[in-house]
Amino acid sequence: MARSRVVITGVGVTAPGGVGTKNFWGLLSEGRTATRRIGSFDPSPFRSQVAAEIDFDPELHGLSPQEIRRMDRAAQLAVVSAREAVADSGIDFAGTDPYRLGVTLGSAVGATMGLDREYRVVSDGGRKHLVDHAYAVPHLYDYLVPSSFTAEVAWAVGAQGPATVVSTGCTSGLDSVGHAAELIREGAADVMVTGATDAPISPITLACFDAIKATTPRNDDPAHASRPFDRTRSGFVLGEGAAMFVLEELDSARTRGAHIYAEIAGYASRCNAFHMTGLRPDGTEMAEAIRQALAQSRMNPEDIDYINAHGSGTKQNDRHETAAFKRSLGEHAHRTPVSSIKSMVGHSLGAIGSIEIAASVLAIKHDVVPPTANLHTPDPECDLDYVPLTAREWRTDAVLTVGSGFGGFQSAMVLAGPEGAGT
Amino acid sequence: MSAQALVTGLGIAAPNGLGTDDFWSATRSGKSGIGRITRFDASSYPAQLAGEVPGFQAEQYLSSQIRSQTDHMTRMALVASDWALADAGITPEQFDAYDMGVVTASSSGGFEFGQGELQKLWSLGRRHVSAYQSFAWFYAVNSGQISIRHGMKGPSGVVVSDQAGGLDALAHARRQIRGGTPVIVSGAVDASICPWGWAAQLAGGRVSTAEAPDRAFLPFDAEACGHVPGEGGAILVVEHADSAKRRGARAWGELAGYAATFDPKPGSGREPALHKAIELALADARSAPGDVDVVFADAAAVPELDRQEADAITAVFGPRGVPVTAPKTMTGRLYSGAGPLDVAAALLSVRDGVIPPTAHVQQAPGYAIDLVTGQPRTGEVRTALVLARGHGGFNSALLVRAA
Amino acid sequence: MPDKVFTLDDLKRILIAGAGADEAVDLDGDILQQRFDALGYESLALLETLSRIENEFDIALDDGVLTEESTPAQLIDAVNAVLEAARLAV
Repeated sequence: MARSRVVITGVGVTAPGGVGTKNFWGLLSEGRTATRRIGSFDPSPFRSQVAAEIDFDPELHGLSPQEIRRMDRAAQLAVVSAREAVADSGIDFAGTDPYRLGVTLGSAVGATMGLDREYRVVSDGGRKHLVDHAYAVPHLYDYLVPSSFTAEVAWAVGAQGPATVVSTGCTSGLDSVGHAAELIREGAADVMVTGATDAPISPITLACFDAIKATTPRNDDPAHASRPFDRTRSGFVLGEGAAMFVLEELDSARTRGAHIYAEIAGYASRCNAFHMTGLRPDGTEMAEAIRQALAQSRMNPEDIDYINAHGSGTKQNDRHETAAFKRSLGEHAHRTPVSSIKSMVGHSLGAIGSIEIAASVLAIKHDVVPPTANLHTPDPECDLDYVPLTAREWRTDAVLTVGSGFGGFQSAMVLAGPEGAGT
Repeated sequence: MSAQALVTGLGIAAPNGLGTDDFWSATRSGKSGIGRITRFDASSYPAQLAGEVPGFQAEQYLSSQIRSQTDHMTRMALVASDWALADAGITPEQFDAYDMGVVTASSSGGFEFGQGELQKLWSLGRRHVSAYQSFAWFYAVNSGQISIRHGMKGPSGVVVSDQAGGLDALAHARRQIRGGTPVIVSGAVDASICPWGWAAQLAGGRVSTAEAPDRAFLPFDAEACGHVPGEGGAILVVEHADSAKRRGARAWGELAGYAATFDPKPGSGREPALHKAIELALADARSAPGDVDVVFADAAAVPELDRQEADAITAVFGPRGVPVTAPKTMTGRLYSGAGPLDVAAALLSVRDGVIPPTAHVQQAPGYAIDLVTGQPRTGEVRTALVLARGHGGFNSALLVRAA
Repeated sequence: MPDKVFTLDDLKRILIAGAGADEAVDLDGDILQQRFDALGYESLALLETLSRIENEFDIALDDGVLTEESTPAQLIDAVNAVLEAARLAV
């Protein structure tokens, strides 16, 4: 039996720089950055005071006052993005068996903003260990358990098939979509609405990354604070956002004449079993995930036209990843453009993997590779072609996108353009 | 034909017994682990009962270095993973690192640890927040820590679907086995019995405020009044049949069928979806309703939800068509830990030919199910169906079968 | 607290409280010249230790004073140098 092939037919993105896929691609293709001094609260007590925030008005994007009250910001971003993806796909769920429509949603940190805010209320600003439950909002349980986000998306699209949150730290956004593709392949669903969301820009998140000096202290120049692969990089810049997709089987997408963005040709995830936050410099496990994803896609390293890197901008990540690309792709790593969109939209933890899938399929669509912004000073230890500063017109049919996260997760996905999927 | 995914190891941390033997001897005899909360002073809260794991001394099993960076629930999960591997007769060095993965479920991460750090942040300032907070709280912590502890580099994952998640994790483990990975450590251990977690549980509106431990968690009873939260769960070793055979390992049973569905949006007037999940899981296992010897119920103890579950079971199996039990009446609701613990109990039922009872419950008239109450019921058990539902509408059904 | 001095006992107490101890290492032995990684402390444990020292002694230390390659003796000297500088500044 031929292995069924899963394609992306709808994309919805809510990312720093603007709501909607069009704004997202505008930012990336023009190489603009959306990082700034945090404006949603006073960041001055913190070591790192910059982030990539979204100017997001949920009411403007169709959420009712009741939904806005009930949903954490991360759920709001997911629902708005899911609606865009479904509309973009042109799919009419009225004719779909709801049990054949599923949802997987990635999130690394769940309802952090809601929990941080409500904790302050019930604990009287941290003074009470025995918090006062009488001050708790009625939906506090939905903040406790982030599968409530998936419930919101499932309700929004009318899904009654398999539904879950995938929460593998900063690879959640890749693993969620990889999981959805597997569910279609094994026959558990015909259509999946999938992607990831996170809205972590909150004091507790800043504090926990401050404590391990993972985020940049470059507060004097927020627009240029995220500097992946640059020798002067000093940590990542926190972001927020969501990207959602409609996934379906290739044949049914063709039958309904859908626009096919890309095929999910290969996906694999491995663990480094090394350290909760540290990375082995040699990139062995990420390289293994890349090799497995390539094998699944029946591609050779030479088939990869563009690498969408994790590129968080921490000292160790960018070195680790460069080593992993060389280890898995050999000489071809040196001939392939590699870029990190985190230079522009920051690092939205569990969401970014899906946002990077969106960037990858848009690169395929436009034959344009987004740049690595702020890359002025090459690092001798990062010696690949990182597409500095400006986007590049580049024939892009196959993209490798990777992620690396706390807990040791290393994930890789190969996306093949519609020409590949159509033959 | 897909590869068989066998369970070859059990590691249990449950409120009515730490370790498989203690848990099972308590469970089959109807001994409950629900009692007054000891982990914090609950006297100011309307609900004061919980299922706490007794006698868990982390320092007996884990180094001070691991303890300083982990929440209570992660500590229990790590110890349960040790026990599951020992039970399976596996030392990780026997396998290639990429041939072993870890797939767990979580519902609220290391929430007690998280409360401590929130408290430090808001009372003392950001410089007092732990260097371990970034991962001790997050949902992926148990998969990450277990993979590091045992050197497992294979396909891994973490799912969150409230109480349904534990079964979803086992199903994902089975998926990885079918994809060719020989060993997956899977399951879930959960806990949020801390004041901040308690406030969130209470906000959910389904926690029982009854004061007597034997009258507080009564699914399918006329006095059903919500659930008692608990902590713990089970970690299982799921293994490819070929690998188990090669090692000459004993198998507890097979993860034979699974399906998950999601309820329609409240107010839509559409049918709840648990019924469909049961049918799909049976079809996935190529089993007929008549093959099933016992159903381990989700047992919400909220009348409307009990009604939905009883109706779903009756629709598939007929009135009183299959024995139904809810040993979670002895542990409390364990969130993502519930499904794996019920799977472990189901496998122990298969081994011993005993269905454990639903404790304290007198079945209300009007439910046409054959609820096992009072005494355990003996008889051959070859196939068991485990049900788990998550807040918001998640339904998962998993069928285990004698190997 | 103008007369504060940071001692080896302070360091051991803070290490154990914040990051525990490797069972294979005797912290009561002669550890002054051993590297922190040899004592079983990795980067996160050292970050936790550093912030606990900063909080308890109300000082700010450079990121570089505590690495896996440095030793307790070096750290104690560095902390006391900062304490001394703070005293002179008063």
